[in-house]
Amino acid sequence: MLEFINFYLLPGLVLGCIYTLGAIGVSLLFGIMRFAHFAHGDMMTLGAYLALAVVAVTGWPTITAIPLAMLGTAAAAIFIDRFAYRPFRASPTIIIVIASFGVALMVRSVIQIGWGLEIESYATGIQRPLIFFDSLRLSKNHIQILVSTVLLVTAMHYFLSRTKTGKAMRAMSDDPDLARITGIDTERVVTWTWIIGAGLAAAAGVFVGMDTQLNTFMGWNLLLPVFAAAILGGIGRPYGAIAGGMVIGLAEELSTYPWITDAPLLSPGYKTGVAFGIMIILLIWRPSGLFRGRVF
Amino acid sequence: MEQTLFGIMMYFVAMFTIGGIYAIIVLGLNMHWGVSGLFNAGIAGFFAIGAYTTAILTTPTSPKHLGGFDLPVWLGMLGSMVTAGIVAYGVGRICLRLRADYLAIATIGIAEIFRLVLKNETWMTNGTRGITNVPRPFEDFATPWSQIAFLGVVILVVAATYFIVERALDAPWGRVMRAIRENDTAAEAAGKNVVRFRLQAFVFGAMFMGLGGAMTAHAFKFIGPEATEPLLTTFLVWVMLIIGGSGNNRGAILGAIVVWAIWSMTQLVTGFLPPDWAVRASLLRVFLVGLLLQVMLQNFSGGLIPEKSPKIGDRQKQTPAP
Repeated sequence: MLEFINFYLLPGLVLGCIYTLGAIGVSLLFGIMRFAHFAHGDMMTLGAYLALAVVAVTGWPTITAIPLAMLGTAAAAIFIDRFAYRPFRASPTIIIVIASFGVALMVRSVIQIGWGLEIESYATGIQRPLIFFDSLRLSKNHIQILVSTVLLVTAMHYFLSRTKTGKAMRAMSDDPDLARITGIDTERVVTWTWIIGAGLAAAAGVFVGMDTQLNTFMGWNLLLPVFAAAILGGIGRPYGAIAGGMVIGLAEELSTYPWITDAPLLSPGYKTGVAFGIMIILLIWRPSGLFRGRVF
Repeated sequence: MEQTLFGIMMYFVAMFTIGGIYAIIVLGLNMHWGVSGLFNAGIAGFFAIGAYTTAILTTPTSPKHLGGFDLPVWLGMLGSMVTAGIVAYGVGRICLRLRADYLAIATIGIAEIFRLVLKNETWMTNGTRGITNVPRPFEDFATPWSQIAFLGVVILVVAATYFIVERALDAPWGRVMRAIRENDTAAEAAGKNVVRFRLQAFVFGAMFMGLGGAMTAHAFKFIGPEATEPLLTTFLVWVMLIIGGSGNNRGAILGAIVVWAIWSMTQLVTGFLPPDWAVRASLLRVFLVGLLLQVMLQNFSGGLIPEKSPKIGDRQKQTPAP
């Protein structure tokens, strides 16, 4: 039982946090700008490497580098939006998807030119897990990830439900034309969507780096589960993305638990396939996701 | 001097061989995106399916991977087209009812899943070490002629592919596809089964992507899981189509040759740099190709040879406009 909690449930929750933060951005962007943002994974990578630079320069603990990484990634996202996506606002949205595909590679190659291709990590050496009640093992990194995710998601909740910009974002997600008629400054909303989406993606990237290592393909490998989480939660439903991220994260980790026999239910090599499997099942039977999101 | 000339000639033969193989894949993508408006972001997946199918079918029996059925090359290529088509049918059945973005996500998923299978199912694919000894047509010939003969095969396949897709586009089928791309509601109102037509186009295009994968396996006599690396297949093929001119088959072929020439020649240049710089320069190259895609999309969305509407031709004579 404790083995189950220590090695399957807790890593699942941590992975769920990472997917959640990525999926909120994908879901908001898809809802407001009506396109699947293929560069989102590489935004995560960018955030992770910006934090690496901050840690290397200042020597702060990784967790304190997150706000700076979020700011830097948000600034990069706004710049990319001006340069690469804004010219296509009037075009069919699928053109922006192609553009974002190119942006993904450009962002990645910039990271590779800047930091090289080697695997990096924030801290060297083995960190001893904290042990509670004699047997519940929690690593410090995992606690930090879980707590920060709760804080970030709470902050996002207050932003979306209490501020005027947040309400405008939800209005635009529901109906962009109606939002424009009522006098909402749609470009301002788009800018804020990028700030939130890219900021949360950066935090997710840093968490991946804290949990494992940094490499320049980390974001690309996260893209599929993040999309699956966003679809599961319902496109344009940031709260659904939380549930979607958690379900996908837990499903990936728990799928390797020896549920029936002594062997893992699914070979660990196929762990990342779980997200895809869930996504396909959803697309067949319930493309609107768990929380009745939009189907485009 | 003579040696240098010979080297240059061999370089161009190799360049056109690979460029020609890319042209087959780009023609497949043109069928998806250019003609039907279907966003396929998992070209690498169909490419790998084709490459591995022919590798397993045509290699001599080997304990390292599945079979080695020692079949003739043409049968292997046919098998590649069939398997790629079957996979495309499955994906298409699920995703084509939904908006294009879902298809993009699902095709990326197919490519990723296939990469997992290639790496994990060692009994079938020999894992990360890949399948060697894939036969190449005319490989028994002496050095220059073997490569030149294979280039001939590639050119023949490109020509055949071009003929088939061009014919399909000129046929009523191609006109329906264009109509669906421009306005699917109107096409549906005109009594066309939009989902079925899209599914046909998706399977049709994917078969050529599989064929391109098969040709690559034969050209290099080897195929490994790096083949599913999205950069060299999916992304480059997209850039080729956008630069060449999506919707135009000649543009697709031209785009493949031009982009591949730029790509491989810049590689030649970076090869002269000191190793540390060479890595950065090759990364910079990826960045610049991405930038090129942006510039083309924003300013010259038609590409080098923009799409032309098919001639109305004989039809007009039969039913003169009132």
